[in-house]
Amino acid sequence: MNIQFKDKRILLDKMEMQRTIERLSSEIIKDNPDIEVLCIMGIRKRGDILAKRLANILKKTTSWEIEVGVLDITLYRDDLTIYGPKPIIGSTYFPSSIDGKEVLLVDDVIYTGRTIRSALDEIMDYGRPLRIKLAVLVNRGGRELPILPDYTGISVELGEKEEIQVLLKETDKEDMVKVVEVKNGIR
Amino acid sequence: MGLDRKDLLGIQDLSIDEIEEILTTAEHMEEILTRPIKKAPTLRGITVANLFFEPSTRTLNSFTLAEKRLSADSINLSAASSSVLKGETLLDTAKNIQAMEVDVMVVRHSMPGSPHFLAKRLKASVINAGDGCHEHPTQALLDIMTIKKNFPSFKDLKIAIIGDIKHSRVSRSLILGLKKMGAKITLCAPPTLLPLWLEPFGVEFEYSLEKTLPGKDILYILRIQKERQEESFLPSLREYIKNYSLTYEKLRKFASKEVLIMHPGPINRGIEIESRIADSEYSLVLNQVTSGVAVRMSILYLLTQRKLYGSKD
Repeated sequence: MNIQFKDKRILLDKMEMQRTIERLSSEIIKDNPDIEVLCIMGIRKRGDILAKRLANILKKTTSWEIEVGVLDITLYRDDLTIYGPKPIIGSTYFPSSIDGKEVLLVDDVIYTGRTIRSALDEIMDYGRPLRIKLAVLVNRGGRELPILPDYTGISVELGEKEEIQVLLKETDKEDMVKVVEVKNGIR
Repeated sequence: MGLDRKDLLGIQDLSIDEIEEILTTAEHMEEILTRPIKKAPTLRGITVANLFFEPSTRTLNSFTLAEKRLSADSINLSAASSSVLKGETLLDTAKNIQAMEVDVMVVRHSMPGSPHFLAKRLKASVINAGDGCHEHPTQALLDIMTIKKNFPSFKDLKIAIIGDIKHSRVSRSLILGLKKMGAKITLCAPPTLLPLWLEPFGVEFEYSLEKTLPGKDILYILRIQKERQEESFLPSLREYIKNYSLTYEKLRKFASKEVLIMHPGPINRGIEIESRIADSEYSLVLNQVTSGVAVRMSILYLLTQRKLYGSKD
């Protein structure tokens, strides 16, 4: 059964999303005056696209050496036993060794925190970074683990049956963050 | 769509989509093998028993490593050290292992169809790691994966399988798999080792190595099973070497310059293949071994995920 969604309200339109990403990058710059190398790891899917956009802005506005990688956390999920359908695996890509580096983890939405937990585990299997910080575009409630983002684009509280949808033009033809209502099925 | 089955018994009953899913997943699994810590926690809590009633080094170690890379617990059981020697039947052995809450059994047995027999009677997933002269699906899948990495498409790919085809389960699975992917296959062997009943598979037959070599993209060399020579399929090993051994000289003289060589191992250097070729840049033999771990990780993952979610129906 396909889950159906009904649009409820728009949180960020194209311009607002662009401005939010720019604000995130200036916060990151202000917060890290002494950085030389920054490894930005985006969580598939969509976190990796946001990571690239952030990287492009940071490359233009700083003298930092920026590396961009992709994390696919499927093999690290703790809910493999609970939800269907069977998740399709994607590849993880680390640009180089992350030992002793500053790592910025990027995702589109933070909800339960379990994805970030998986991502941290995967990074730790790859090396020992100096520090890991977390940037998200949307912070919604419902955390099940003690994880907080360092940089947040927008925070929102959702009602029952409400979901966040992040659309990016690279995969969805347009830039938009909206709240939708789940019409049927379980979320 | 996708792999949704309890067991992996043979290439014969796999669809192209299923083969593609196994290979795509295997490519991602291969990335884990390149990490400083070559391990993912995915199969934590899954127990795998490797039941090898026939000798094996490559396949057993490859499966064992695949299990460890994905954090499954595994036990190995070989005929030499088990109660099979005390007269226990195959089914009793398997049911006893299953009673220890084992989720997956990897089975190698000299009797064709024994993994199928077990699969029907066990709740655990069964993976065929070679059943007699019948099939060896994981070998064929790792071979197809190795080929896929070197060629953009299987369409019109020309592959020759050379050697003891009669006794080879590897060749049976490989022919089935490559035909499904759309490759053109030529079989080359002395008539006694080239069973004509393979004709319905849509393959070409060739008795001369010199005529087989030109224009092929891949030469897949099979091991001459020396232990079977007493059954007189060959007048002598020397005659086989003279006519069918792939030497560097024959390779340069007859085969295309871009040809690649594959072999499922173990290699008999100087018998079916000249030592120099096995170590040359033509050889994909060690790439095959690496693909093997990734393919087996992929199969273990896909079969056990089905188990965790339950079947769709």
